[in-house]
Formats: sequence, C-alpha cells, structure tokens
Amino acid sequence: MTDASTESPRMTQPAATASRFRRQWAKLKRNKAALVGGVLILVFVLTALLAPVLYRGNPSAPNLMKSLEPPSLENPLGTDELGRSILGRIIYGARVSLLIAVGVIAVGIILGIPLGLISGYYGGKVDFIIQRITDAMLAFPGFLLALALVAVLGIGLKNTMISIGISMVPIYIRLVRGCVLSVREEIYVEAARAVGTRDAVILIRHILPNVMVPITVQTTLGMGTAILFAAGLGFLGIGVQPPTPEWGAMLGSARNYLFHAPHVATFPGIAIFLAVLSFNLFGDGLRDALDPRFKL
Amino acid sequence: MALLEVEDLKKYFVVKRGFFSRNTGQVRAVDGVSFTLERGKTLGLVGESGCGKTTLGRCILRLIEPTAGRTVFNGTDLGQLEGGALRRMRAGFQIIFQDPFSSLDPRMNVGQIIAEPLRNHLKLSSSEMRSRVADLMEKVGLHPRQMVRYPHEFSGGQRQRIGIARALALNPLAIICDEPVSALDVSIQAQVINLLARLQEELNLSYLFIAHDLSVVEHISDRVAVMYLGRIVELASDEQLYRNPLHPYSRALLAAVPVPDPEIKKEKILLEGDMPSSLSPPSGCAFHTRCPVRKEICIEQAPVLQDVGDGHRVACHFA
Repeated sequence: MTDASTESPRMTQPAATASRFRRQWAKLKRNKAALVGGVLILVFVLTALLAPVLYRGNPSAPNLMKSLEPPSLENPLGTDELGRSILGRIIYGARVSLLIAVGVIAVGIILGIPLGLISGYYGGKVDFIIQRITDAMLAFPGFLLALALVAVLGIGLKNTMISIGISMVPIYIRLVRGCVLSVREEIYVEAARAVGTRDAVILIRHILPNVMVPITVQTTLGMGTAILFAAGLGFLGIGVQPPTPEWGAMLGSARNYLFHAPHVATFPGIAIFLAVLSFNLFGDGLRDALDPRFKL
Repeated sequence: MALLEVEDLKKYFVVKRGFFSRNTGQVRAVDGVSFTLERGKTLGLVGESGCGKTTLGRCILRLIEPTAGRTVFNGTDLGQLEGGALRRMRAGFQIIFQDPFSSLDPRMNVGQIIAEPLRNHLKLSSSEMRSRVADLMEKVGLHPRQMVRYPHEFSGGQRQRIGIARALALNPLAIICDEPVSALDVSIQAQVINLLARLQEELNLSYLFIAHDLSVVEHISDRVAVMYLGRIVELASDEQLYRNPLHPYSRALLAAVPVPDPEIKKEKILLEGDMPSSLSPPSGCAFHTRCPVRKEICIEQAPVLQDVGDGHRVACHFA
C-alpha cells in the first residue's frame, strides 16, 4: 500500500451521523413486525392528539336511556353501563394512556439516568449505596412496587404517573450504569480527562451520547409497560378515577356485565392489547436496528 | 533544573479475590522509577508489553493515582494538586495515546475534538475557536476543511495527527507519547515520527516517548530508559545505549532489532521464557530468571541503578 492511498481521506463517505442513521432506518424498515408496531404507535398518537376531532361528543356524559347497548350505527362499539359511547371513551382514553406513558418515562429518565451515570462513573461508596437501593427496589415485581407506591401517595392521574415512573427508575439505573461502566474505560474518556475536562462535562459530552442507544430502546419498551401498569391500576380502581375515560378503569367496571354485555369489556381490552403490542414490537425492532452487531 | 523530575514513583495494583474481597496480593506495575526530563529533550522509554511503561505514563499525569513517589513538573509537585489546579496543570503537560481509533470520541467531529481543550481552559468566541483549530490542523498536516468530518472517516495516521493537534492545542511544555506509532502502518510511522520531531524543534517540546520498538526510539530520543518488570534497568544517552548496552536485557533487546542487511552478522541473544508475573516477581534481580549471565548473587540481592560513568546508569551486578 502506498503512502498516498492510506493517507488520503475517504472523501466519498458522507458524514458519520447521517450515514449511520440511514443504515439503521433501512434495517428498521425491513423488519415487518417493527413496521407494524410503528404504524400502530402512529395511529395511537394521532388518535390521542385528534380525539376532539374524531369524537365530537362528551365521552364522560352519561345517558342512562342507552345503557349497555350493543354496537350499532350510532355507537359503533356500543355503550357502557352509563350509556356512554365506548368508541368515544376509547378515543379519549388514548389521550390519558399516552399522557401517562410520557409522564412515567419522564419520571424514570429524570431520576434514573443521572443516578445511573453517577453510580457507574464514580463507583466506590456512591455506587454501592445507589446499587443496594436499586437491589431493594428490583426485589419487588414492578407492578407490586407501583401498587405499594400508590398506597403511599394516593390515587389519581398524577400519582399513577409518579408511582409507575418510580417503579421504572431502578431499571434505568441498572441499564445506564452498565453502559457507563464500559464507556468510561474508553480511551477517549481518558483523553478528555487528560485535556482537563471536568467530570460533569465528560458525563454529558462524552458518556451520555454513547449510552443513548440502549436508553432509547428501553424507553420505547417502557412506554408499553407503563400503559399496561396504568391499565392495571385503573382496573383495580386505584389509578385514574372516573369519569375520566381510562382503558383499565373501563375494563374494571365492565367486568360486572361480562356475560350479558361482553362488548363493554372486549373493546377497551383490545385497545390496551394493541397499544402495548405496538410499543413492544417497535422497541424490539429498534433494538435490532440500533445494534451494529445485528446485521440484516 | 529539569522540566520533569520523577522520583521513586510506584504503582501497586491491589488484587482482590473471593467473597469478602480479601486482598490476596499486589501487582507492582511500576516499582520505584526515577528519572528526569530536560526542556526540549526526549526521553525514550522501552520495554516489553506489560513492563509498566504505559502505567508509568498515566501515573505521571495522575490519570492513574500513583501509590507512592514524587513527580515535579516545571517546579510544581503534581502529587499536591487537586481539582481545578490539576486540570490547569494538564494544559501544560499532554499525552498522545497509542490507539488512534479509540482515543477519539466517535460521536464528535474533528473540530469539536481539537477544540475540547480550548473550551476547557480558554474563553474564546466561536470564530476565534475555529481559527485556532484550523491553525492546529495545518500544523499537523491536516486540511482545515476536514474540521466537520468524523474520526471514522480518517485513516490511522490522520487520526493520530488529530490526537497530536488536540495535545498541542494549549501549547504544552511536555507531551507523553504513549506508543504513538505502534498501531500504525510502517509507512505511516515515519511520517508521524517526523511530524513529532518537527513539532519538537518548532515548539521546544519535551517528550517522554514510550515504545516497545528500539528502532523507533533511537530515531527521536536524546536519552533512553529500558524498563523491565516495573523498574528501569538501564538509563543512558541514546548513543551510549545503542553502542554500548551494559544490561543483559538491553543487549537482548538490541539484538532483536532487525537489520536490513543479510551480510551483517549480529550477536544473537535469545531470551528464554516469558516475563515473570509482576504479581510474584522473582527474588533478587527481577531479570535473573531469563538472564544469560546470572550468578548466585543475582538470585539473592537486587542490584541498584548506579552510575557507571558519563550519566550511564545501569542496574546489574556485573555491569
């Protein structure tokens, strides 16, 4: 090999981020399941945003004359025990579910990422203390932890988000810490220290961007879990309170009419199923697409 | 006065094993190293893999905390520095890393990488910053137009130039070159070494040049230290060491340097076995397990590094 050829820059190659992104996008597109998940998420988000356009009535106003009607032209998915349109409540329920999912992830990220970064980067006593607390939290099944936190904080939309969010914090701490442990040994981190970069700046400028991939995947999968947990709390009557339309709460009250009006429980169930499935499919696809070792 | 004085520097890594993390031993990676480095000069540091050369470099800069010893750089005892003072000291004392593929953050472009030391220590406007970075790139033979490119778009030699530009950003007095060319193609090695030599002349830099290849060190060093199992076994001027190596280990290393001339008959010294584990170093002289001239005394008594004339120092009972 001549000097000229080894030393000449590869001019034809596009900028790193752009080409990497294109490659990952191509991988994601070839994954049919992820594509289905992505489309379902899009439908879910659009439904939530456009709820007032898609359903023009008040989803919480009772109409006892029409209680427990089967699906008809007027009410395509039938009505519930108070005569409210199930379609309308599912459409508005998407808003609540999306809001909860975003809120839960926000709580998980805001607490989990900094703690994970500190725990992994500094090690020692700080790491030991954070990890033992994490161990204690992970000893409970996630839902049970959320349930216990609701018992402490009380019911309602905000507390639902906080409880489920906190139950996800240990997952983020572990994930971030693990990634930081490998990234902090990279020579470019040592190089940053050698040119006098502060620890806080190293964490934000060098370490965080290099652990974003697993965080992104975990966040997508976590949205599905958050919706499922919120529905679970709603079903038990300790989540979002009526008359706010919430899928889990709808399922909970429909269980009394399961035999003579099964549609009342079926449709919210399908909504929960599809929402959770979409995030799981998309998250799995995202993980494969972002993992450079997994080539299609 | 010397720019850098290292005195009896030690780094022992504690080995923990078992459920209760008992300390079961220590690895003496660097075991009492002393030397000085003058302004504008180069000290070559050679030795096999695992002899502690890289750890020594890191300890001097306190990228790894040394176990014991004193390091005085430009009149400041580095061991006393903390936090901000330590960061400011690092502006004047830089390091170039061995692997140009992992020493640059893959998610930052070249401009950001070279600007990082400037951002840490100076308050510059973005246009001043850009012109400083462009100057630095030209100084190391890169085109300023490549500022927006990412490390993976460059060859090994170019990446090493980026690392050199980053080290030069704050006009340091000294640079530790940690095997800066051993990861590069042979054809590129000479270019990078010539660049380092030119920069030394222009900027009056001092180098601590770490390498395992004696021919590379010969080219650039004023004095050379040979390291074995965490200790310096011979320290002499470039000429003295290459013409008259006194320690049997230095002789073996020199005998291993290939000479591109089939006519020349060289003394062949083949060392037996591997370097002993630094977890349980041999008694007496650490080299006695592989030494061709060992006697009883070598097993019992460790030789001290002593001057045998003209600043030529060697640690051998028979030198």
